Amino acid sequence: MKIFLYFLVATLLLTACGNRQSKDSERKEITGAGATFPMPYYNIIFKDFGEKSGNKVTYGGIGSGGGIRSLMDKTVDFGASDAYLSDEELTAAPAKIVHIPTCMGAVVLAYNLPGVTDLKLTGSVISGIYLGTITKWNDAAIKALNPDLALPDKSVTPVYRSDGSGTTFVFSDYMTKVSPEWAEKMGTGKALKWPVGIAAKGNPGVAGIVQQTEGSVGYVGSEYGFALSIPVARLQNASGNFVDPNTESISAAANIELPADMRTMVTNSPEAGAYPISCFTWILVYQNQAYGKRTEDDSKALISLLDYVLSPEAQRVAANVHYSPLPEVALKNARVLVESIKYQK
Amino acid sequence: MKDKIFKSLLFFAAALILILTAGIVYSLVIRSTDAFARFGFWQFVTSPEWDPRPESEHYGALSFIVGTLMTSVLALFFCIPFSFPVALFTGEYFKGKKVASLVGSVVNLLAGIPSIVYGLWGFYTLRPIIISLGLNEQGFGVLTASLVLAIMIIPYASSLTSEFLSMVPNDLKEGAYSLGATRLEVISRVSFPAAASGILASYILALGRALGETMAVTMLIGNTNNIPSSLIDTGNTMASVIANQFGEASGLKLSSLIAIGLLLFLITAVINSIAKLAMKRIKS
Repeated sequence: MKIFLYFLVATLLLTACGNRQSKDSERKEITGAGATFPMPYYNIIFKDFGEKSGNKVTYGGIGSGGGIRSLMDKTVDFGASDAYLSDEELTAAPAKIVHIPTCMGAVVLAYNLPGVTDLKLTGSVISGIYLGTITKWNDAAIKALNPDLALPDKSVTPVYRSDGSGTTFVFSDYMTKVSPEWAEKMGTGKALKWPVGIAAKGNPGVAGIVQQTEGSVGYVGSEYGFALSIPVARLQNASGNFVDPNTESISAAANIELPADMRTMVTNSPEAGAYPISCFTWILVYQNQAYGKRTEDDSKALISLLDYVLSPEAQRVAANVHYSPLPEVALKNARVLVESIKYQK
Repeated sequence: MKDKIFKSLLFFAAALILILTAGIVYSLVIRSTDAFARFGFWQFVTSPEWDPRPESEHYGALSFIVGTLMTSVLALFFCIPFSFPVALFTGEYFKGKKVASLVGSVVNLLAGIPSIVYGLWGFYTLRPIIISLGLNEQGFGVLTASLVLAIMIIPYASSLTSEFLSMVPNDLKEGAYSLGATRLEVISRVSFPAAASGILASYILALGRALGETMAVTMLIGNTNNIPSSLIDTGNTMASVIANQFGEASGLKLSSLIAIGLLLFLITAVINSIAKLAMKRIKS
């Protein structure tokens, strides 16, 4: 009996610590973690990459914050984030980090008004809705933008995210740029203090409430809005045009002069055909790959993965799964950044 | 030998539970100290402000404490008219009969339904009813959440209550019957007083269950960080604010969320010990 117990304990201990070390030299395992927003896209292209190169990529959608933490702790080969690191965060990092943009997305305003399609909104009207100064759908400000629509005398229910989220960050970044009132009262951040409305967790939560509640309007990630094909508002961009969010108009937002390190928000883009609440999503890696137990082969595998992400083939996939490909200017900068990754002891 | 092993296994299992609980309390306390040190314990408990913006960061738990107590107490209130009759049916009128065990197990089945299913039911079925009754525009709020919570805690309240009712000695009841008491009189004058503290305890335990419920409440309460001004207003509970915001929280916000977890732990512990005390009274 005693021997049996000892045996049991020994087996448990063995299973707990074994396993991990069985790596053969050709097949590399690349691990990454972070943003949930580009996850469906990453899952597809990482799988394609795995089939082509023989390397295996595992990606954990644990949120941008978690991805950055994991990269800082060096427990992953790359982190993924919807928000770029601030200068302070970069200096606090253990080594130099580069941001490689991988694809584009947007934040769309989904609404539920029976009989109403093709709603047009501007930044100041959205600000009024979320700050509680516009409470009815037939408010003069909404009517002025949509003279042809029969807007009902119904309360507006704004819906926002209850969890901290990159979607909120991008949305509030745009709102801060276009509405002085918003900039003063709300500001930019992953989580804000909202005066009116109801909150739900995640894009599915917000989209679910909008789909089920007449008179509601909510901001959701474009990939979600497109996949569910719920009605989304046309927004007025910096050039004064009302633009529908779609693959072309979102990509167009980055068709502008971009900084070399690609840490930039392309919201409220000056491009004429741009959808104003568009954004990049990034993969974050250390510029010098010679850290920890990493070999030169590990570094090469990671670079070939990044090359694949920027290839026309992977970028085409982006459009198929409701994301937007990077425009040529952004791709050019991104390639330079990938080339800057080195392995130096 | 075998006896010794068995004894040490039992000892080990019991000690493990104690260590686990102590570990949970320890990590809650350690990781919430930041928030308490920054805002002060009372300040944190009594401030309704929840502002995650870095430039004006301030966290207080009052709106969530109020939201939690409002939904739970209201749910308890709503569940009494359903759970008590069920308990009388299974523990008194049809005690030991087949039909009683059938009703009992059907009610207990309610306890086995995952809370997300209750949440979905509330979202797709109850919420449109609330809207069509004109109670509020979007159907979310304390009332909606409490109604669903009430259904969720019925099995906890009714099965224990029925247990305590059936524990009332038959001699007592027969004595009352022999004096010419009607069934209603027996229940209200004999069974109920004899089982009162046990019944109280079972409702307190049901309340404890309602306090910690997360998923269904999160889907229905509206998740707004304010003290609900009325039953149809939206709000937030302690459990649901943690579930909502834990994922992306860091620094002071994370510490504040853990502090809310600690407070919830304390509230539940107090309520459970009240129930224990009440149960002790029935035994003596």
